[in-house]
Amino acid sequence: MSTTAEAVQQAQADSGRKVHLIIERQDTPDSEPYWEEFEVPYRPGMNVIACLMEIQRNPVNKKGEPVAPVTWEMNCLEEVCGACTMVINNKPRQACSALVDKLQQPIRIRPMRTFPVVRDLVVDRSRMFEALKRIKAWIPIDGTHDLGPGPRMSSEEQQIAYELSRCFTCGACVEACPNVNDKTSFIGPFAISQARLFNMHPTGKMNKEERLQALMGEGGIFECGNAQNCVEVCPKGIPLTTSIAAMNRQVTYRAIGAWLRK
Amino acid sequence: MAVAQAAQHNREFFWRRLHTLSGVIPVGLFLLEHLFTNATALGGAAAFNEAVQAIQSLPLLHVIEFVFIFLPITYHGVFGLYVAFVSGYNANRYSFSRNVMFVLQRVTGIITFVFIIFHLWTTRFSGNAPSFDMVHELVTDNAYFAFMIVGVIAATFHFSNGLWSFAIHWGITVGRRAQRITAWVTMIIFVVLAAVGVASLIAFRMNV
Repeated sequence: MSTTAEAVQQAQADSGRKVHLIIERQDTPDSEPYWEEFEVPYRPGMNVIACLMEIQRNPVNKKGEPVAPVTWEMNCLEEVCGACTMVINNKPRQACSALVDKLQQPIRIRPMRTFPVVRDLVVDRSRMFEALKRIKAWIPIDGTHDLGPGPRMSSEEQQIAYELSRCFTCGACVEACPNVNDKTSFIGPFAISQARLFNMHPTGKMNKEERLQALMGEGGIFECGNAQNCVEVCPKGIPLTTSIAAMNRQVTYRAIGAWLRK
Repeated sequence: MAVAQAAQHNREFFWRRLHTLSGVIPVGLFLLEHLFTNATALGGAAAFNEAVQAIQSLPLLHVIEFVFIFLPITYHGVFGLYVAFVSGYNANRYSFSRNVMFVLQRVTGIITFVFIIFHLWTTRFSGNAPSFDMVHELVTDNAYFAFMIVGVIAATFHFSNGLWSFAIHWGITVGRRAQRITAWVTMIIFVVLAAVGVASLIAFRMNV
């Protein structure tokens, strides 16, 4: 427990401190990106969002010129929505859980360029939702009458499913993947993991074939080159590479099985 | 319409899987056979010439060569160039060890592609009969010898690391632990094969 005197001393020491930020900015979706430096007053325990809010409050760059405030997206502020994902010191992660005290300065912030940049740090992640639609990342239960309760899931499977269900479509794995680029239409690691999640669900299993078909189709699982960056950057520690290999096994069985059944 | 589209879509899946498969069977198997035939040179010129003679006496050698070596290696090489071209490279930003291996796999693939063309041109299609003396003559040249060493190391790395990737592509190694152990095993395979290849080259050069 700190005494009042210590707290005052600490506050005095902090009062002059600045946080140095270098941000890659872009004014419109088609304009050229540029770097801009900022210095914001340090506060104990602040995160990158707090720095960006400080710039918004006082939009002046390091040189003292007034500029348009930096734009970004945020929502939950507790690392469960994924909206504030950006590349901070060369790692795609959520700005809300990126604490200034744990970051090397100057803090370099870039948007996730694997997605179209809307403005500054705001990106358009629609392609991820398109990918989820393509692999049917849901369980169809709507009908004209009550179908009753579905089959039960073993606790072992629940454990695995829980891990996979923690994906919040933040885009970190898509940003880090070398094979998500403008020469391929790869749907990305997260979508393959979601296909695994819904394929292991007892009711979701009923649409297993459709998901596997999607994974074997355009931009599917075969675009993966096993660089395994996805699993390194996933903020939730989801075993993405295990999911990819597990789905590789499912499509292999399906491909050989389908051929032999013809 | 939808069926035709589905068949169209699955085509790339098929070509991709054929690419990873051909790298192991038969191209990888041929690489092993080739390395061990060359290793007979460690037992002297006579032993190597005897091994060459045994291969030469196989029935339908030209058919075997064309169907099991030339076709698959050409497919694997040319399609591999396409794979290397559409891959992204970001190891400068994300320098995780597997990402570096991902880049090395593509780099060694391209080196091996060039190496094989040069290697075939100077041996198989040189018009000379295959013998210990022919190889000895070639590797006596320092530049040629150095290029052979680079080629052997690139090819054995590409094969060994490719085995690791193959096991994932086909859903053989699923868990993290299985993949980690396979990574170690395939690197041991690389060291052993590279050593066998380099030792054979030295034997050819020294002519003991």
